[in-house]
Amino acid sequence: MPDPVKEYMDVLDPEEFKKEVLSKYPTKVARKRAKQILINRPEGEPVQEIGANVRTIPGIITQRGCTYAGCKGVVLGPTRDIVNITHGPIGCGFYSWLTRRNQTDPSTTEDGHNFMNYCFSTDMQDENIVFGGEKKLRQAIQEAYDIFHPKAIAVFSTCPVGLIGDDVHAVTREMKEKLGINIFGFSCEGYKGVSQSAGHHIANNGIFTHVIGTDDTVKKGKYKVNLLGEYNIGGDAFEIERLFEKSGITMVSTFSGNSSIDFFANAHTADLNMIMCHRSINYVAEMMEKKYGIPWIKVNFIGAKSTAKSLRKIAQYYEDEELIARVEEVIAEEMPEVERVLEQIRPRTQGKVAMLFVGGSRAHHYQELFKEMGMIPIAAGYEFAHRDDYEGRKVLPDIKVDADSRNIEELEVHPDPVKYNPRKSPEEMEGLKKKGFEFKDYEGMMAEMPGGTLIIDDISQYETEKLIEKYKPAIFCAGIKEKFAIQKKGIPMKQLHSYDSGGPYAGFKGAINFYHEIDRMVNSKVWSYIKPPWKKNPELSARYAFVA
Amino acid sequence: MAVDIKKYSVTRNACKLCTPLGAALAFSGIENSVPLLHGSQGCSTYIRRYMISHFKEPVDIASTNFSEETAIFGGGLNLKRALDNIITQYKPGMIGVATTCLSETIGDDVPMILRDYKAGKKLEDLPAIVHVSTPSYRGTHADGFHNAVRAIVDTLLPVSEDSRYTGEDTTGSSKLVNIFPEMVSPEDMRYMKEIISSFGLKGIMLPDYSERLEGALWFEFKRIQEGGTKLSDIRKMPSASGSLEFGRILAKGESAGRVLKERFNVPLYNLGLPIGVNETDRFISALNEITGVETPDAIKKERDRLIDSYVDGHKYVSQARAIVYGEEDLVAGIVSFLTEIGIKPVLCASGAKSGLLESVLKDINPDFDKSNALIMSGADFVEIEEIAGRLKPDIIIGHSKGYSVARKLNIPIVRVGFPIHDRFGGSRILHLGYRGAQQLFDRIVNTIMENRQEASDVGWSYI
Ligand code: SF4
Ligand code: SF4
Repeated sequence: MPDPVKEYMDVLDPEEFKKEVLSKYPTKVARKRAKQILINRPEGEPVQEIGANVRTIPGIITQRGCTYAGCKGVVLGPTRDIVNITHGPIGCGFYSWLTRRNQTDPSTTEDGHNFMNYCFSTDMQDENIVFGGEKKLRQAIQEAYDIFHPKAIAVFSTCPVGLIGDDVHAVTREMKEKLGINIFGFSCEGYKGVSQSAGHHIANNGIFTHVIGTDDTVKKGKYKVNLLGEYNIGGDAFEIERLFEKSGITMVSTFSGNSSIDFFANAHTADLNMIMCHRSINYVAEMMEKKYGIPWIKVNFIGAKSTAKSLRKIAQYYEDEELIARVEEVIAEEMPEVERVLEQIRPRTQGKVAMLFVGGSRAHHYQELFKEMGMIPIAAGYEFAHRDDYEGRKVLPDIKVDADSRNIEELEVHPDPVKYNPRKSPEEMEGLKKKGFEFKDYEGMMAEMPGGTLIIDDISQYETEKLIEKYKPAIFCAGIKEKFAIQKKGIPMKQLHSYDSGGPYAGFKGAINFYHEIDRMVNSKVWSYIKPPWKKNPELSARYAFVA
Repeated sequence: MAVDIKKYSVTRNACKLCTPLGAALAFSGIENSVPLLHGSQGCSTYIRRYMISHFKEPVDIASTNFSEETAIFGGGLNLKRALDNIITQYKPGMIGVATTCLSETIGDDVPMILRDYKAGKKLEDLPAIVHVSTPSYRGTHADGFHNAVRAIVDTLLPVSEDSRYTGEDTTGSSKLVNIFPEMVSPEDMRYMKEIISSFGLKGIMLPDYSERLEGALWFEFKRIQEGGTKLSDIRKMPSASGSLEFGRILAKGESAGRVLKERFNVPLYNLGLPIGVNETDRFISALNEITGVETPDAIKKERDRLIDSYVDGHKYVSQARAIVYGEEDLVAGIVSFLTEIGIKPVLCASGAKSGLLESVLKDINPDFDKSNALIMSGADFVEIEEIAGRLKPDIIIGHSKGYSVARKLNIPIVRVGFPIHDRFGGSRILHLGYRGAQQLFDRIVNTIMENRQEASDVGWSYI
């Protein structure tokens, strides 16, 4: 069978691309970027080492955000019933106010609390910077309590806070005692890490320390699971929940799409942890395994085939015939519609080229959907992932700890004297492994991408431009910051952070939505108007992907 | 009238953005410029993200990318490296350096770092570098914008030396006029330029992001989008016949126009944002005065049509009650316009707190006091919502962040200003001049009408 990727890439020599891009950088920058731009190894060979999770060079415009954004915006933002207070000047809080499209359904918690529409900030002023902001923070917590009587309040520190020496943890401890509700703080000052990734880790530590395991109520249900690293953008979690319900699987908690702090509190009562976004949440899974004995597996509900595979993996974990049969029934019910739509759409998408530069897992997961449409992902990279997300977890022991990572506390975790309860005995685990079942394993993006494709970490605006110019993809996936620069070049662009207000794209129904959306985009007519009648420029077609 | 409401120390759903955003926007309006925020990268990313979601155009803002070490030992080295990298990558004509809360908190002496940086370089290899201090714990995005505009004039036009600064017009046939348009939309900017040239003037607009933040598709790679005030034009500003500066609140403080007046004696025309007939009349009269030329027919006709529509449409909106929020000068402009079409502003709110809003509203409309309108400075949207619940207005006028209030209280909202990220075409909203008033008037009348139509039990299809 002819290999479309190889054919495509052979013509447009990726080595040449790399050389060209690097030649425009000063030597020092070029040396650093050379490690972050790779041509994926030929199939069958082990993946190479990539430079990742290293600081962006000052003056280079990056997609990345800050530690605070990862902590407050990504991990804790989607939880509806914690009042989140940003401790700092106004901007940081304002910019993280409802900018991610996390959805939530408060009807599933008794009190119906939902504070996601609120953006609380201590809005520090001159005098707080000079004399300290603890007093204002204390007042802010009191006020948040008086207004809402929430179950929990969380405080997020922004850059100036660490420097003026405010002790948010002392304040939150004091207020917790005073008000008798759960109050905790995060030292997630923006400068602490190289990207939002540091903030994920800090958030994981915080939830683990202050929330998980604080409520021992055991939910009903035979197969109890937690889904980690699913943020319910555009309603993804709702679709996944639908499939679980249909399969008879009980979701104890999701970290943190459509979530309530109540669900986190008894997350330790579940029997299996499943990780979607490995980057942002693997720490919680690791710590829960150590403390409570809950094994974790990697799943992916993006793509119909991956969804089916992940459902089967859950059933296999429980080694329960009833569940195995039920899951097969669900898949058999859902797949025909997926196939029907694919059949319609594939003739229009087959063989087209896609690029994905986004996030810490989406650039990998979404390749599944493109493959189902017969499209070819020829270049991809993450915004804030680490080497293990590219090369697989097997490289974990080899990752160098630099000054930035040392900043983030590694919690020491031991089995809980009372609550530790290994869900599977070592023999059972072994037995499953023998059958090819993988625990706590993530192979990474590179292993699953064909040889000769381009892998670029923390892609810059300039590299994006060059990539588009040379390869003219049929579609480019990234976030809103990249969106318009890409569209300027006449290339359709799909946002994979906010979905351009579309979605859901997870699960079977989500896959169908996505196929339709991509079909609409790559086959849109607007591109045919690019050339005005008075322009008789033959070069035009060479420059634009869509001017025929 | 001041508002009687419990004041909180926490800000809930802010009605203001942070200071460097305004500076980055102003810097984006200079040709071939790169804004650079001195601090950690999150601020740049957030601010870019925000501007992009409004303008729906690429927006590049660099960062000096502080790490924990930088935060402790100072950002000098990072700033210098960032300047080097921007210069090699973008070859800019100007770099606009704005500080963030972080670099301000640690007390980086940016002017000194910049002097030091320049000392090690050949001057002719360097772009212009303009620095503005913009800690967000002081002021709002509007202050960041104004201060950046002033810093550009202040830095690029030093007091002494040059013989070109004669105060005389040296451009030959057409007279020069400076225009400082405030934080308005690209469409507003284009229209202002159109008016100025219809008077036979050459206008230098500072800043001018009308093209850069609303441009065409690209036929080739662009390091920096086209458009913006030319540095060579900025250097001509001292020889203009006058400076038109919009913003009545701005007029009470330090401003670019004032720098030009004090340094080069360029006559300064302090005007309100020309929203509605009255404020636009003042603007047009200033142009008459500068040029000695009569108002061009096309503009007169725009005014005539506008008044005609006021006559036709006033009964649908007269006595309607409105809530207006946003930057103080925008609020002042909108209130001025609403008053002339008979809409009663019942609440005028801003997240800023210059302490001047009330007196400016009275300057615009001496009868303002009698209207019993509430004025709220340092307002946030939870407070606005609380008062809106009491006042039960017919319409809300402001940017996208008021949508949740509108939705909750089931009051229609007309979107103006910045940011507009839940609608398409925010850059193309025209607020200024007779034409802008016409569009606002039509939108407001239709919104109120639509609301009544939908609420009507029987429905109706003619007006
Ligand atoms: S730290 Fe200051 S400058 Fe940065 S986003 Fe926050 S408020 Fe704005
Ligand atoms: S100040 Fe710090 S925490 Fe706030 S946005 Fe900037 S980098 Fe992030």
